[in-house]
Amino acid sequence: MATDGHQEHPLSVYLWIWVLLFVLSAFSYAVDYIGLEGYLRWSLILIFMVAKAGLIIAIFMHMVWERLALIYAILGPPLLLSFFIGFMAIEGDYTFLTRLNFFGETDFVAQHHTDESH
Amino acid sequence: MTSNMTESQATTVQEGLQGFAQDWSSDKQTFHVPWGKAMMWIFLLSDTFIFGCFLTSYMNVRMSTRVPWPNPSEVFALSFGGEPIPLILIAIMTFVLITSSGTMALAVNYGYRRDRAKTAALMFITAAFGATFVGMQAFEWTKLIVDEGVRPWENPMGAPQFGATFFMITGFHGAHVSIGVIYLAVVAMKVLKGDYEASGNYEIVEITGLYWHFVDLVWVFIFAFFYLW
Repeated sequence: MATDGHQEHPLSVYLWIWVLLFVLSAFSYAVDYIGLEGYLRWSLILIFMVAKAGLIIAIFMHMVWERLALIYAILGPPLLLSFFIGFMAIEGDYTFLTRLNFFGETDFVAQHHTDESH
Repeated sequence: MTSNMTESQATTVQEGLQGFAQDWSSDKQTFHVPWGKAMMWIFLLSDTFIFGCFLTSYMNVRMSTRVPWPNPSEVFALSFGGEPIPLILIAIMTFVLITSSGTMALAVNYGYRRDRAKTAALMFITAAFGATFVGMQAFEWTKLIVDEGVRPWENPMGAPQFGATFFMITGFHGAHVSIGVIYLAVVAMKVLKGDYEASGNYEIVEITGLYWHFVDLVWVFIFAFFYLW
């Protein structure tokens, strides 16, 4: 493990991760191209997203070779965002139901594109 | 006596959880990385919160609107003389950014080998891919503003919040890419001129790389949540 911050690793590591990122991006795009819907779509999007983000942070940003002091300091705080996301999801749901209650269903008619899938 | 203790502590750097406790205790340097790299990581942490807030507010307004959300698959479709291909522009932009991340990773590697020409060349290639990305984004914005009539406050295709979040999130990300292109070009010029030869320290290439990979990282989340969801 590098303790002086010197991060030199074999080129093949980067090339492999590069290929993997390409493949994962192609899979992500395929989810939309094939037109998967519902929970299958959402879970696949999240799986490919987390895999890509993990590879970029771990290998390209060398996090896997850093010491825990740095890893925890950088990767720990963003986990708090999950609480914020949870609260905002509850709040968004409440606002949606309140709007339905007071304004009723939308009478919006699209001028150009229409979203038939919903 | 005290100096002997600190000396012996400094020589036995421990790994794992014990190393974690050791690094954070007893009034000494916590991060065993150059200060520039630690500062870049802390800046990126703060940037994570900014983009985290943007994406969370996007989730909130998308969940709470009664008006239908435009289907990004159709909005960002492009036709090359035939049937429109769904989301193709965004897919190309994603591959451009992933490619630039790969060339950046190689640049860092050649930097540590002190291969100035290859390092600078790879950084310029990375910057060129970044500029290509921004160019495609300019095209995307023009299409949405001029052809579709989307504004930050209105959207003929559905929920006005689509316009607000689209311009805010992609605009902020595009600004990051543009700044990254300039940053890369400046550091690449300095590498080429041999400014780091005296010290032999090419850590700056890795620090620049951290910023660039972060820009790619943010795009992974924008691609998943804004374009694919």
